[in-house]
Amino acid sequence: MSRSTTFSARLIQLGFIAVFGAAWYWSTTTGSVSKLFLPEPAAVWLAFSRLVTTGQFWSAVRVTLATIAQAYVIALVAGILAGYLVSRSRFLTDVLEPIIAGLFTIPITLFFPMFILFFGIGTGSKIAYGATYAFFPIALNTIASFANVEAHFLRAARSMGASRWDTFRHVLVPSALPVLLNGMRIGFFICFAAVLGGETLSSVAGVGRNIALAAELMEPARMYAWIAFVVLTAITLNLLLSSFEARASAKGGGAWQ
Amino acid sequence: MDSRVQISRPGDVADQSLAISVRNVTQRFGHAGSPQSVLALDNVSLDVRRGEFVCLLGPSGCGKSTLLNIVGGLVAPTEGEVSVGGSVVRGAPLPHEVAFVFQESTLFPWYTIIENFRIALKFQGVASAERDARAMAALDAVGMAGFAEHYPPQLSVGMRQRVNMARGICVGTDILLMDEPFAALDEQTRMVLGEDLSILLAKTGKTIVFVTHSLAEAVFLSDRIAVMTARPGRIKTIVDVNEPHPRSPDFMLEPRFSELRNALYAMLRDEIRLAMAAQRDPQAKGGDSGGEPS
Repeated sequence: MSRSTTFSARLIQLGFIAVFGAAWYWSTTTGSVSKLFLPEPAAVWLAFSRLVTTGQFWSAVRVTLATIAQAYVIALVAGILAGYLVSRSRFLTDVLEPIIAGLFTIPITLFFPMFILFFGIGTGSKIAYGATYAFFPIALNTIASFANVEAHFLRAARSMGASRWDTFRHVLVPSALPVLLNGMRIGFFICFAAVLGGETLSSVAGVGRNIALAAELMEPARMYAWIAFVVLTAITLNLLLSSFEARASAKGGGAWQ
Repeated sequence: MDSRVQISRPGDVADQSLAISVRNVTQRFGHAGSPQSVLALDNVSLDVRRGEFVCLLGPSGCGKSTLLNIVGGLVAPTEGEVSVGGSVVRGAPLPHEVAFVFQESTLFPWYTIIENFRIALKFQGVASAERDARAMAALDAVGMAGFAEHYPPQLSVGMRQRVNMARGICVGTDILLMDEPFAALDEQTRMVLGEDLSILLAKTGKTIVFVTHSLAEAVFLSDRIAVMTARPGRIKTIVDVNEPHPRSPDFMLEPRFSELRNALYAMLRDEIRLAMAAQRDPQAKGGDSGGEPS
């Protein structure tokens, strides 16, 4: 993308946010939307600034982040390992890849009550649920990234006398990296969404639980304050992961993709 | 056929001067007798002397690249024997004796040019202290030292292939196997790189086996040209080109050059037609029952 395209794209994105904010402000101050459904920005801001000073807020955030981290690590290890092993055999790829892709289209949310039954109402069920959800995109991208390494690179490495480990480290991994990292990022946000969704559905602690609680207690300003916090966190993490991905891919010769 | 086109038979060459010896190699893909079975090479024998430049010339799908892969140990032949520098090759590469040069797209795009050289030397088992000096010497030799820190996609196709040839040379093997290295290049770049290769051959005395589709390239570069038949690949004739290396572009203007080129075309024309017919109707030929090319 050229510099001027980037600039105009950014301008449109900022304009979109400004229009959204203006619509929120206008619809609440004119009273065209009930304050019970959507409080005005100032009220949400007040609730937000009160919220972040409470110990209850930070303990909820800690619970949620720890749950996401554990679920994600499990999904990463299982997804990359399974994906890599499947990608090593053409037969396994042909058989299992469509099955994994098919399973990924099923809304795993339907099985959420089973996760509660098996793992209880505590963080265990959310870890298992988030890990299960994130496993699929990570495994699928891992299969795609390793199964599609160009044969001529492998042949060249073999002709130079590369050992299996050499080939893995210097040919397979760098070639797979861009698609692999993309899968890891998608997996992270699916994990993030699944854990928060799981907490909102049924849990005893965490950010999702507090959002559900604020809604049940008819405290819309407080609920939106929590949601605003989740949105800001998601945006921050996305920027961080995208820049990490771009840098890692560029180092691995990302320009060739 | 023109009297100036000399033809030698495989097996003419005295043994001690041999770099590569291919004896009765047959290559079949798939199980014999099954309808998918393809006889790619049929009883091929070929000798390559030390310091010689031999081209494998033939229609698409005639098994030229397969023969090269068998010589380089990337593929084990179904039948027959290959020896390189006296040792038998059977499906295991000999990175200390033989280097491959493929198309420029085999430079690893995730590594810089210098890193590509380092990795090739590392794969071959060269000590890390030696790698940089050898890589820079090889890049210097092709005038690409200034691009050591570039990534391959940042260079033009011609520059990439120059670097890729240097990568094949820097590992220091006596034998280079080149599989259509210039196929992706335009005519002009192809000719300039061909000249470079001829100069290099005169300087280093390497033995080169070169697969190509291009008649002019084969005549310009080769000491001998092995003309292959349509599938199943056999060696139809071997044509000698008596012209010392390094060759200058003036060689292409000599009547001898066009005579050789035309003679090669006459030999290949029927084979190309057979290969095209086989592509239109894969059952008619190429299978186990594939008839004798006439």
